[in-house]
Amino acid sequence: MISTAPDEAMSAVTRMGSRLWDSDIGYSFRHSPVAIGAAAVALVLVGSAVFAHWVAPYNPFDLATLNLLDASTPPAWSDKGSVKFLLGTDQQGRDVLSAILYGMRVSLAIGLAAVLLSLVVGVGLGLLSGYIGGRLDAFLMRVCDVMLSFPAILVALLIDGVLRAALPRESHGEVAFVVLVVAIALSGWVQYARTVRGSTLIEKSKEYVQAARVIGVSPLAIMVRHVLPNVLGPVLVLATVHIAAAILTEATLSFLGVGVPPTSPSLGTLINKGNEYLFSGEWWTVIFPGAALVLLVLSVNLLGDWLRDALNPRLR
Amino acid sequence: MLRSPLTQLLLALALSLIAAVTLPMSGAAAATFRFANQGDALSMDPHSLNESLQLSVTANIYEPLVGRGKKLELIPLRATSWQATAATVWRFNLRRGVTFHDGTPFTADDVIFSYHRAQGDGSDVKTYVQEISEIRKIDEHTIDIVTRAPFPILPDVISLWYIMSKSWCERNKATVPVDRRKGIENTASFEANGTGPFRLRAREPSVKTTLVRNLNYWDKTIPTNIEEAIFTPIGNASTRVAALLSGEIDMMEPVPVQDIPRLASAPGLKVLQAPELRTIFLGMDQKRDELLYSNVKGKNPFKDKRVRQAFYQAIDVNAIQKVVMRGAATPSALMIAPGIKGFAEDLNKRLPFDPEASKKLLTDAGYPEGFEVGMNCPNDRYVADEEICKAVVAMLARVGVNVNLAAETKGTYFPKILRRDTSFYMLGWTPGTYDAHNPLNALMSTPDDKSGRGQFNLGAYSNPKVDALTVQIASETEPAKRMALIHEAMQIHEDDIGHIPLHQQALAWAMKSNVDTVQMADNFMFLKWTVVK
Repeated sequence: MISTAPDEAMSAVTRMGSRLWDSDIGYSFRHSPVAIGAAAVALVLVGSAVFAHWVAPYNPFDLATLNLLDASTPPAWSDKGSVKFLLGTDQQGRDVLSAILYGMRVSLAIGLAAVLLSLVVGVGLGLLSGYIGGRLDAFLMRVCDVMLSFPAILVALLIDGVLRAALPRESHGEVAFVVLVVAIALSGWVQYARTVRGSTLIEKSKEYVQAARVIGVSPLAIMVRHVLPNVLGPVLVLATVHIAAAILTEATLSFLGVGVPPTSPSLGTLINKGNEYLFSGEWWTVIFPGAALVLLVLSVNLLGDWLRDALNPRLR
Repeated sequence: MLRSPLTQLLLALALSLIAAVTLPMSGAAAATFRFANQGDALSMDPHSLNESLQLSVTANIYEPLVGRGKKLELIPLRATSWQATAATVWRFNLRRGVTFHDGTPFTADDVIFSYHRAQGDGSDVKTYVQEISEIRKIDEHTIDIVTRAPFPILPDVISLWYIMSKSWCERNKATVPVDRRKGIENTASFEANGTGPFRLRAREPSVKTTLVRNLNYWDKTIPTNIEEAIFTPIGNASTRVAALLSGEIDMMEPVPVQDIPRLASAPGLKVLQAPELRTIFLGMDQKRDELLYSNVKGKNPFKDKRVRQAFYQAIDVNAIQKVVMRGAATPSALMIAPGIKGFAEDLNKRLPFDPEASKKLLTDAGYPEGFEVGMNCPNDRYVADEEICKAVVAMLARVGVNVNLAAETKGTYFPKILRRDTSFYMLGWTPGTYDAHNPLNALMSTPDDKSGRGQFNLGAYSNPKVDALTVQIASETEPAKRMALIHEAMQIHEDDIGHIPLHQQALAWAMKSNVDTVQMADNFMFLKWTVVK
């Protein structure tokens, strides 16, 4: 039969998939119920967040569809609840389920972007520090020490506050995301830097690096093409766990009111708003977003744990 | 039988020491009274902001010539008696033997100084002394107040104009009020020297204000047993509720509407509720040729009555009352409440809630796709203020108007809107005189910065007929004719849709069961009438 380009691409993917499935990591995954469970939950949450536009029953940010008279409806299974709003509504008449899905989208976006930025900054600085050594290394590591002595939340708050004060008030809404991503990223790059620096120091003294140097490959090319692939292992584990931490940091900042603008609430904002009504009996506006946050962070954390154990040569 | 006599002696001493320390505590009751509000009194300068909370807190420290009693009747405070001796002249006899907190005696010079201060630059209380043209000193304890035109309700109007000490203000460079709009502060914001039943001991803005009893207060019959009162602003609603439930504070207000049933049934606590004389309304910029915060260029949509009416009819106040206020509000078509002199039931009929009519009006006015406009709202001043604004935003979105809401604390909100730096805003108003002339003058008359007329007409609604009627109302002495004039002026404003009234909010104060106080319909809380049993 004639094989066409899409067919070839599909078969390539299938081959890669089966290679992964049959590998050591795949074996470890298949035999770890925790990993499978966590992956399933994470997939459902992330999937529904990414496809929120199609999955969510309503668009909670379309103000024109809100009806104030729907406000404060309890979840569908309590009396006075209605199947129109499975998890109830908040005080403005917004469907809690839709708000959670859209909120998770914001939380995930910021968490992933922050981790990515953190990775780039941390791995880059770590490589430089480890490979070049000398005064640059000493300086960077002292910077890391100083940053590690501050709690991450405090650093994020500080950077957020400084940037907000520096930027004009009117543009706060647009730049809030960027500011938040930068703040969270800058509070978390240190662990990547130190890990990569340690691995780089080890790789630096190996023969293949020395050989490359002898041939005359530029330091930059050595760092990126030879050293980097070998130090990425532990970094990936760190990154997975860091995603959870970044999401939590963003939720904390939004809870404190200095995170995302109220027009596109994240899970933290939802929890903050709902908290005021917990005492008066409207528990669903805070418990459900809180549960969603917990599930998301837990599943990502468990996946990270499994990945660390799977990649650890001593446990195999 | 016990050990040595020395041990017995020591034991007896220890026991008596413990008894001496604990017994007085159980008997003396109130030394300290802690109360909280959702916002702070922004300054201790009584002329700097015409805002109920600030005037209520400073009312414990400073006093006016004529004050309000428990049922809002006029009572003599700095003045002992007053009468109109001529058409435009009022003779006031001042109380003798009264001293300020720093010991200096209170005389007519202080009254004249306070008048000039209250009508000068930076003052936010010009409206209360607007009709006064001069104050003549007859002797140390007698003055004549001369008004521009015959003004029969003068004693009602001056109850929120507090008297300050001339010598103290001069010594502390506080002869000019703190100007909220310009952000210029002076000593009067942080220290106080009045004649009231309480002295200001310490002031930390946004944190804590401490008042202590003035034992030299002239009125020995006041029932309070409070020696020290600590006022704290607690913005977060659940924190405020938790503070009361845990006993950290003795009283707080306003109670978040969703927590009223819970607090009312909590043991050891009680909730006082009453309708308030405050009307909450929305204002629109009707003066500028192009709105400051809108995507409409070259014209001002609010100048067109059809747009104002479209906004009015897009808002469902009954839903707001039911859902946002949880019943603690009375929808209103007028800018005044039923308890105010001049209220007319026949005028209190709102236009119907009709989003379809709204959309049609907008299309007729030339905005078939609606438009965008910015809205300013406080989030710690009125009951559920931010929630009301959010509900209004959603309702306007349904008719195509896209509102960008900026909700902020009153510390930054008031300076902004008092500078008229807004296109669409929310405000609440209790006529400090309990008479319709006050809102007609302050809210619905064309603004004139020199005299203070229309000082709170922040959208600059202007109708010369209303202005003329308001001047007439000020000097009309015949009650029936005066009511008719008020009725006419209010009708014109209502037909013009100069503002969009929403509702009168209800008061809800929560306190420990052993606190006895008077809940004034204007939301003032006088410590002098507060007893902790």
